[in-house]
Amino acid sequence: MKFPRRNPVTTQRLADTYFSIMAVLVLFILLFILGFILVKGLPVLNSKFIFGLPREMGEAGGIFPTIVGTFLLPLVALVFAVPLGVGTAIYLTEYTRENRLTAIIRFGAECLAGIPSIIFGLFGFVLFVVVLKMGWSLLSGGLTLAVMILPTIIRTSEESIKAVPRHYREVAFSLGANKWQGITRVVLPSALPGIFTGVMLALGRSIGETAAVIFTAGSSLKMPASILDSVRTMSVHFYILAREGISLKNAYGTAALLVIIILVINTIAYYTMHKFLEKTHG
Amino acid sequence: MKRNVAGKVLLLIALSSIASLAAITFFIFKEGLPLIFKVGLVKFLTGREWSPSSGEFGILPMIFSSVWITLGALVIGVPTGISCAVFLAEIIGDKTRKILKPAIELLAGIPSVVYGFIGVVILVPFIRETFGGPGFSLLAGSIILGIMILPTIISISTDSLKAVPNSFREAAISMGATRWQTTIFVTLRAARTGILASVILGMGRAIGETMAVIMVAGNALNIPHSPLDPIRPLTSNIALEMGYATGDHQKALFATGIVLFVFIMILNVTATGVSRLGLKTESLSGGRVK
Repeated sequence: MKFPRRNPVTTQRLADTYFSIMAVLVLFILLFILGFILVKGLPVLNSKFIFGLPREMGEAGGIFPTIVGTFLLPLVALVFAVPLGVGTAIYLTEYTRENRLTAIIRFGAECLAGIPSIIFGLFGFVLFVVVLKMGWSLLSGGLTLAVMILPTIIRTSEESIKAVPRHYREVAFSLGANKWQGITRVVLPSALPGIFTGVMLALGRSIGETAAVIFTAGSSLKMPASILDSVRTMSVHFYILAREGISLKNAYGTAALLVIIILVINTIAYYTMHKFLEKTHG
Repeated sequence: MKRNVAGKVLLLIALSSIASLAAITFFIFKEGLPLIFKVGLVKFLTGREWSPSSGEFGILPMIFSSVWITLGALVIGVPTGISCAVFLAEIIGDKTRKILKPAIELLAGIPSVVYGFIGVVILVPFIRETFGGPGFSLLAGSIILGIMILPTIISISTDSLKAVPNSFREAAISMGATRWQTTIFVTLRAARTGILASVILGMGRAIGETMAVIMVAGNALNIPHSPLDPIRPLTSNIALEMGYATGDHQKALFATGIVLFVFIMILNVTATGVSRLGLKTESLSGGRVK
């Protein structure tokens, strides 16, 4: 069997064209989604919408309580996840060698990272909302999100602690610092920008989350007065507005603000990581 | 003394991830297993009837829907994503890549509800008018999921292509291969484990995605016979009914969660295995281990 042989130069041109078209297509789709939401949503955004209270289930009025919920919920999650995640990273990098135990710890973190948010929602519902009787609340939702973002915090913290050059520690020890002092006063401060990147990435993911939040934090439109109150995040609010057809206009507005917040947070994360890597790699 | 205490406390903290995984497994199974035993495992997995009010709990249509929508997402996302990764890693220079790759990664942060919404206002009407049917369909779900997994596939595939040592490319070029031949026969092959890992991760994301799918896939309880049929995957079934389910019905949703959980864990273990294999082959070939 013989294949017709094409001139390799023609093949090369065809290949280059194909790959370029695919890349342009991907960029176009992603930018289109972003542009569409911003074009439709930005005109809705004004101070009344952002700082106003919702009326008629969100059909009229603003979205202020959902903005508060959007930031409070990840805050609760971070309060739990950051100490656990950074602690795990310190243990893995400074206190042990690779062995069966670290393999198990890493396996746990990798599996957690792969679990879909709806499973976190089910888990958070049965453990925090029902068994521990916290109800649909900031606390239940925050704890659920904490478990969800733990792998992100562990991974980024571990990478940034590893990126701190060996001789930083050696200098600390040579000045008479013990291991703990070396870690808390030299290694952690140097790794801080990297850890901050992880926190920002986790924040971005929590803010965009819906399935894990709606069954654990509930969807109350009232301003939360305590950690045991239910809250509604912007993602949940947007989902309810769009799915129940309450108000398309307010859905676009909420989506635009949500996307802007997440892009800003992710950009900060990227920028900090970039600076950090530049510094540690000379 | 103090050092030992710190080490022990940190060890306890470090066990939090595996403890969380154990707790998730325990509670999902504790809630769901009794119902599976009550209905019977085979009947639960192969039953075609889901009617909680009359005590019928068969999830075969949802298993089919999950498998089809995941395959659909891969058909759309994998070739596009890998082609885009080749463009980023092999065709353009470092400078352009350093702008384009972060831009694509930033877009991974767009929440799934937003993707779903775009699907509802643009894709679903388009499918309805072009191909007929309700528009809310397996096709719409696959396209949206295919787009959603693009950043994952592109980002990891680009990294693994970049991790292939330049000496590989130089050797191929010096043997008279064109750049295209080098990419197809050398670079893509050398990076295959990393690319495979990116596909498995994308697959995990697709099978676990909930909100976007609820919005565009139609949620009908059928085994799909055409891409234009509305479908209801496992994830959608849980999220749609969790809000009002009680008693056995709620337990059946946790049982649906168990099936999803098992799917995901199989993928996770495969992905871990693949990336370990990747590390081994890379270090054997003298490549930079990331």
